[in-house]
Amino acid sequence: MSGTTDERVRILRGREWAHPVRPARREVLSAVPEVDEGRPPLLFVPGFGHGAWAFAEHWLEHTASRGFPAYAVSLRGHGGSEPASGATLRAYTHDVVQAAAELPRQAVLVGHGAGALVVSHALARYPARAAVLVAPVLGGPATAGLALRANPVGTLPALFGGALRLHRRQLFGRELPDADARRHLARLGRAGRRAQWQLLAGRPAEPAVGRPPVLVLGSPDDRVVPPAALTRAAGRYGAAPLLFPGMGHDLMLDTRWQEPLDALLDWLVKDPGRR
Amino acid sequence: MSPSTEHGRPDPETTTLAPSRDGRPVSDRGDTVCVIGAGASGLTAVKNLTEHGFGVDCYERETGVGGGWNWRHDRSPVYASTHLISSRPFTQFPDFPMPDSWPDYPHHSQLLSYFERYADHFDLRRHIWFGTEVVRVEPVDGDRWDVTTRSTGGYGPERTSRYAAVLVANGHNWSPKLPRYEGLEEFRGEVMHASSYKDPAQLRGKRVLVVGAGNTGCDLAVEAAQQASRCWHSTRRGYWYAPKYVLGRPADQVNDALLSWRVPLRLRQWLYHRTLRLTVGDLTRFGLPKPDHRVYETHPIANSQLVYYVGHGEITPVPEVARFHPGGVTLTDGREIDPELVVFATGYLPRFEFLDPGILGDADGSGRPRLWLHAFPPGHPTLAVAGLLQPDSGLFTLAHWQTVLFARSLRLRREQPQRAAAFASRAAAGAGERYAGKVKDSSRHWFEVGHVDYLRAVQRALDELEGK
Ligand SMILES: Cc1cc2nc3c(=O)[nH]c(=O)nc-3n(C[C@H](O)[C@H](O)[C@H](O)COP(=O)(O)OP(=O)(O)OC[C@H]3O[C@@H](n4cnc5c(N)ncnc54)[C@H](O)[C@@H]3O)c2cc1C
Ligand SMILES: NC(=O)c1ccc[n+]([C@@H]2O[C@H](COP(=O)([O-])OP(=O)(O)OC[C@H]3O[C@@H](n4cnc5c(N)ncnc54)[C@H](OP(=O)(O)O)[C@@H]3O)[C@@H](O)[C@H]2O)c1
Repeated sequence: MSGTTDERVRILRGREWAHPVRPARREVLSAVPEVDEGRPPLLFVPGFGHGAWAFAEHWLEHTASRGFPAYAVSLRGHGGSEPASGATLRAYTHDVVQAAAELPRQAVLVGHGAGALVVSHALARYPARAAVLVAPVLGGPATAGLALRANPVGTLPALFGGALRLHRRQLFGRELPDADARRHLARLGRAGRRAQWQLLAGRPAEPAVGRPPVLVLGSPDDRVVPPAALTRAAGRYGAAPLLFPGMGHDLMLDTRWQEPLDALLDWLVKDPGRR
Repeated sequence: MSPSTEHGRPDPETTTLAPSRDGRPVSDRGDTVCVIGAGASGLTAVKNLTEHGFGVDCYERETGVGGGWNWRHDRSPVYASTHLISSRPFTQFPDFPMPDSWPDYPHHSQLLSYFERYADHFDLRRHIWFGTEVVRVEPVDGDRWDVTTRSTGGYGPERTSRYAAVLVANGHNWSPKLPRYEGLEEFRGEVMHASSYKDPAQLRGKRVLVVGAGNTGCDLAVEAAQQASRCWHSTRRGYWYAPKYVLGRPADQVNDALLSWRVPLRLRQWLYHRTLRLTVGDLTRFGLPKPDHRVYETHPIANSQLVYYVGHGEITPVPEVARFHPGGVTLTDGREIDPELVVFATGYLPRFEFLDPGILGDADGSGRPRLWLHAFPPGHPTLAVAGLLQPDSGLFTLAHWQTVLFARSLRLRREQPQRAAAFASRAAAGAGERYAGKVKDSSRHWFEVGHVDYLRAVQRALDELEGK
């Protein structure tokens, strides 16, 4: 089954020991509160094609203003991180776990789009305080089908190892000014070819270690992740998704970026216990 | 979250029970689990037990975390130049990687900072009572334990608390194993065990004899080659000296590539012998004895420099010591040598001075406890030992999974007592099991484990426990 979690902890990791991921220089952007109130740090993980910049636009500052240290990492080959055209999902997972372990305290992992897939794999290698999956693209053949229907011209080349091109209506709601939309679209890069294939193949993530609470949020009007996929993703972690109608896939860049972020932070303030 | 470095801990909420056997009051800590030691094994126990929802009190006789890796600790076996022998992927905890920027074989000071960061990251210090030594651990009714502590060094009163379970993580590399020799008392030179060796200045300009070829003995022989005026290295058998790098990569990573392809032991041994032949060649030409065993049958030595210095004449390999004289040493081949300093790098023995040795199945005190997975004593489902292993790889991953298994078995006792009982009888049946291929008989090899064999056994135990 695509995208389901395998329930057994796997402790023999011969391949990871014998062939460790080669390190790549990482970009981590941050905004930290003026006074440390002992809140857990958040690590934002952008989806394929996006970099840490996507969170630097609004979310990092706002998170910090609410007392949480905020960090965003660019997966290798994205944003200001080292170029890496041959990157795999395992390498992306490595980048996230490294960035999380570097933080002074146990972190909350927040993955957007395919970054949520990377986070779901990272949760098996790092006991996060909590995890938030924003408009998650958890992979599997269904993902390809959906993307094809929504945007055949942009998606088809990706199935053959080319770049995935998302268009404006997939990513943003109608209210976002054209100039902003163009600026963001111009910054989009692309994920590694192998990682793209692995996304479509949808190898299930191993179970999360430490059983962190997981929140799923998204928009019913997202043209990349349909409501059914949100419900499925949330159901896997035993909850219902939080929905923000009228927004596009890139919730953190949309005009109403603050609503989902506040909801996320409110959830954390309630300090959800472990599952 | 303030770490308690002062002696004695603030009173936790406890109820005082009936007095213990010798009349002192006992405070009941309810479902709390006691962890002894805040070295690597104790820290991972604290993390994994709290992660599984348990309250934890950890007692540590030193004033900081890191155990042996804090070389300022009075019992630390680590010396200034110690670098890891297991490369990074094998050494780090499986859920908290070492930084990408670190070398393949980090320095001991990096290890200490790694454990300090681990403690801070997971907020473990609030569970640890520093400067507090455990002096007695006694079983009481209902599979519970009375743990008696006092300030390190014996100051202040003793206090006893009752716990639901105890995890022992007191380390096994601190109590020296010292050989006895005829005439040693009359020897006029200096004698020390490697545990008190810290700094190369201790060797500078002296004629030094190093006894033993574990990793410590080999590191010391290399340091003596660099610092001393003369270095003899005495071993009671020949060994396989493995380089830290082969075929362009850390040797343990190459070995695990073979293991993950399930290359059989015989073929791995052949490949290994072949690789050594093609690089350093036949070592008997330097006067080193021929190994009396195949590769992997003694605890692996990872040292690229020993053979190099032997080849440069800076280390003179010699056989076992026959006896000491006031002015020197007679070797078993009849040769006489005149060292000024003798360092015994003859290893360590496990010691559990706070526990009746019978409980761990080591009633005769031979240093060979009979446990399942080298962790679980038969008949005591709420007691476990972590880190009592000599892996052919890094220790911390193994200690991590030992403590996860212990935490899950305790949770099962709460949630499904019947299944937990089945698990306990499994533990009893498995006492004394070994997890390594054939090894030479030596006290240090009692808990020698192959990391793959060992983790497979732990994986099976975890699967059984969860009914998978
Ligand atoms: C020189 C050297 C190099 C090594 N290199 C490697 C390597 O490269 N890779 C690897 O994986 N392993 C290596 N090891 C083995 C292993 O990593 C270390 O021995 C490690 O320190 C074991 O951790 P531990 O927590 O089990 O024990 P320790 O580090 O010994 O910690 C035990 C702790 O318990 C405390 N304690 C003990 N008794 C009591 C008591 N009664 N009450 C309260 N507290 C108590 C001690 O103060 C200490 O802090 C090496 C060992 C040595 C000696
Ligand atoms: N750089 C590093 O990372 C590093 C450095 C040092 C130690 N370590 C680790 O620390 C642990 C302890 O190592 P260690 O080297 O201190 O001890 P060890 O592995 O127990 O080695 C002791 C050595 O002394 C010999 N020996 C024991 N008793 C003897 C006797 N009576 N007469 C003559 N020789 C005797 C042993 O021979 P036998 O072959 O007969 O047993 C062996 O060669 C090991 O796990 C080791 O891997 C790691």
